[in-house]
Amino acid sequence: CVCVCVCVCVCVCVCVCMTPVEGEGTEDRQLAEEEPAAGAKSQLMRMMRTRMKRRPPETAEEPIRRRLLSHVTPTMKVRMTPPREDKEEQQIKEQQTKRKEERPRTVTRTARRRGTRETRREPRERRGKKRRPKIRKEMPKGRAKERRRKTRRTRRRRRRKRADSEEESMSEGEMERLKEEVEEKKKVIAIMRNKPWRMKRRLVHLKECQEFVDKFEGALGKGKGRKFYAYKVMMTKKWIKFQRDFENFKTTCIPWERKIKEVESHFGSSVASYFIFLRWMYGMNMVLFGLTFGLVVIPEVLMGLPYGSIPRKTVPRAEQPTAQDYSVLMDFNGYCKYSVLFYGYYNNQRTIGLLKFRLPLSYLMVGVGTFGYSLMVVIRTMAKNADVGGGDGDDGEFTFAWKMFTSWDYLIGNAETADNKYASITTSFKESIVDEQENQKDENIHLRRFLRVLANFMIICCLGGSGYLIFFVVKRSQEFANRDDLSWYEKNELELIMSLLGLVCPPLFETIAELEEYHPRIALKWQLGRIFALFLGNLYTFLFALFDEVNNKLEEEVSIRNAGPCWETAVGIEFVKLTVSDIQVTYLTILIGDFARAVIVRFLNYCWCWDLEATYPSYGEFDISGNVLGLVFNQGMIWMGAFYAPGLVGINVLRLLSSMYYQCWAVMATNVPHERVFKASKSNNFYMGLLLLILFLSLLPVVYTIMTLPPSFDCGPFSGKAKMFDVIMETIDLDLPAFLGTLMGYAANPGLIIPAVLLMVLAIYYLNSVSEAYQHANAELKKKMQMVSLRVFQN
Amino acid sequence: MGTTASQLRKDLLSEYQELTFLTKQEIILAHKRFSELLSKEDRNVPTPRVPMEKVLSLPELKSNPFRKRICHVFSTSDMKDGSLTFEDFLDLLSAFSDSATLEIKSHYAFRIFDFDDDGTLDGGDLEKLVNCLTGETDDTRLTTEEMRQLISNILEESDIDKDGTVNLSEFQHVISRSPDFVSSFKIVL
Repeated sequence: CVCVCVCVCVCVCVCVCMTPVEGEGTEDRQLAEEEPAAGAKSQLMRMMRTRMKRRPPETAEEPIRRRLLSHVTPTMKVRMTPPREDKEEQQIKEQQTKRKEERPRTVTRTARRRGTRETRREPRERRGKKRRPKIRKEMPKGRAKERRRKTRRTRRRRRRKRADSEEESMSEGEMERLKEEVEEKKKVIAIMRNKPWRMKRRLVHLKECQEFVDKFEGALGKGKGRKFYAYKVMMTKKWIKFQRDFENFKTTCIPWERKIKEVESHFGSSVASYFIFLRWMYGMNMVLFGLTFGLVVIPEVLMGLPYGSIPRKTVPRAEQPTAQDYSVLMDFNGYCKYSVLFYGYYNNQRTIGLLKFRLPLSYLMVGVGTFGYSLMVVIRTMAKNADVGGGDGDDGEFTFAWKMFTSWDYLIGNAETADNKYASITTSFKESIVDEQENQKDENIHLRRFLRVLANFMIICCLGGSGYLIFFVVKRSQEFANRDDLSWYEKNELELIMSLLGLVCPPLFETIAELEEYHPRIALKWQLGRIFALFLGNLYTFLFALFDEVNNKLEEEVSIRNAGPCWETAVGIEFVKLTVSDIQVTYLTILIGDFARAVIVRFLNYCWCWDLEATYPSYGEFDISGNVLGLVFNQGMIWMGAFYAPGLVGINVLRLLSSMYYQCWAVMATNVPHERVFKASKSNNFYMGLLLLILFLSLLPVVYTIMTLPPSFDCGPFSGKAKMFDVIMETIDLDLPAFLGTLMGYAANPGLIIPAVLLMVLAIYYLNSVSEAYQHANAELKKKMQMVSLRVFQN
Repeated sequence: MGTTASQLRKDLLSEYQELTFLTKQEIILAHKRFSELLSKEDRNVPTPRVPMEKVLSLPELKSNPFRKRICHVFSTSDMKDGSLTFEDFLDLLSAFSDSATLEIKSHYAFRIFDFDDDGTLDGGDLEKLVNCLTGETDDTRLTTEEMRQLISNILEESDIDKDGTVNLSEFQHVISRSPDFVSSFKIVL
């Protein structure tokens, strides 16, 4: 007796532990007989059958277990099902529970029919029933599985409550399920365009999904509390439509799209990238122009004192007779000097006009905000480019494959350009093949090294020479400033020399670089670096000389005190003159260097001994790097000068606008497509990086001025103060509440700033090491992938 | 140009916007250009087809060495004659548009380069590809030796499983590292 009891207990324990697996096996066999296997289901059947085969054969204790199963199974399954089971097993279980519950369902359904809220739920239930076979055919496995999982959850909930609330939870579960399905369909619609399907198939799917969404979103919108959901859905739809319309509108607003497309089809994407860069710069300058004019110039013009009311706004009597002369105006003296264009015109009244507009504060804030905005825009563009470009990474990894698959430019729509492209691709193929073979050759390393050192030495000499030349010329212009009878050349000597240096030195560098015998891509990088160093050296020499002058003027002012010279306006004038002469030189170069050359080659060819078009000089090619660097440096000068001459940004906007039309015309009329393939996209971030560097370098003088140099005594918005940023201190003291003042005081404490700086340095170091670690991991994964695929192939 | 017999229906327009990477103006422009290619009789047919020769006369495709392959890849015609319906044309423009993703572009690029439509790029495909790129004239073609060297170099670089062909995933791996691909694989009307 005892033994039998013990045996029975053991059996109970055993079957309790084994029920989930065993029970399924038996039920599945039933299922297999009940329903015809079809599609996914047959797969499940097969899996279940194989699993059963692996298990030990059941013994005679089966009948007992089965009986236990009938009432133990439901609750057992609920408690004992581990959450992290195999997906297939889940599916199988769901199927069983669904089949099992279907039978008692009829009872509850009739019971529910007698209830109050049945009418609403019934149609859904019936709809759901009718829907299922259709869904199984068309929806992919995931959807059916989800539905089944949902039904399982609802069963569980119902069992737990076992009350009238069963009906509510049932509808809630249904709601949930429907909501999830609707969301899924919406997601499918959203990613539809990413699939490489044919339009017909996509349309069919889209219609299906949209129908489903429309049908059931309405259903979900019924009942109290659901009204908000329906409203939310409607707002989302409207928002999506608005977003799409806005995107469409934005693309129509982009100017010069046709023009750039034309250039692209003739010259390829590399030349067009310059014009895209130009357009981007134009956009940025427009914003800066809006800021400056809207917040500084217009208020002064509208609400400030008019011309002639105070000494700083009037042309001094001594200069009045010549103030309107064209030559004086061209020099930005006379009426130009005493206008809104320059710093000196602005009054230092704390608030002006009816609106109590704080002009000095606004002036300073706009000056700083210009840099802040430019920084933000440049960094955002760089980040976007880095995302697409992938940086400089593997230069030599896929040379041939890339040449094959990515060298053709699909934007080319012109037969001549296409022929050129064919020729250049052929040349590049041949070169690469030869390169590969030559890599094994032995070269005379010593001679090459010596030549390279020599070339670098010569270039450094050139750079030093040009720097000294500029310094010398600036000193001379200071002497000239004291004299009165100056020829046109002497007046504009500084600007002319700087522009000429910018024209002459780059070709010189290129000729010297031929000694070095680098790979063309590396040679290009050296060339760009050297031109950059040249421009930078020139600009900074100019700046130092200028600040020398400023200091002289300041000393003068200390001694004179009253009505001293306005050094800020003088600096502003210098920058404006530099910019204007830069513009003139650029336009003249295009006119002479490209247009005249093209005219001569075309018309003189008829009566010349050799073929001018095919050999020297032939038509010019568009110099992308030279132009881009010119643009970058021009922008640097604008940034530096905008603080002292608010009108400079307006001049730049006009310049960029006219440049666009002029250069587009010049390129189409006088240039021929490049012979060599030029990879512009990789350099995109290079130019952005240059722009960023220039931004920082132009920030330095302005910040130095604001922080250390005392403003002029009687001109400009900061006159009378010890330092320019005193305006901010004044505003904090007088206009803002007291606690903000103390807060700022704490924030400006070196004890707080130094730890903050240290923290940032640490953060940079950390991010750098993380990025290095990722690169290592990347390389390892690549190697692993290659090894694995090799192994697979060998097996 | 005159009025087109069939204007684009508004609901179709919004559906196309949903399903492609094109903006509304681009779709309307595409419809206009497509209608210009149709002959008079075809205009009133419900889903008109433009024969391949007419499509190849578009200035954007005229100078493209892969124009025939592009037509074949995007064509849904049963007769494999490269003719395009308007929806095929939209598919083409969407894949070549500025906002198309790298996956779409690389998928279609692979199919365009697969000259024999066997799902992989083998030596024959690569050879035809090189010949397309170097132009039709004799003095720009590569010699047999150079061709052999080139193809072996390419396979060495891109063929990871060393089966002598480049399949779709290997191709996409190569292309995803290229900085020029997305910007050069573009056609804009």
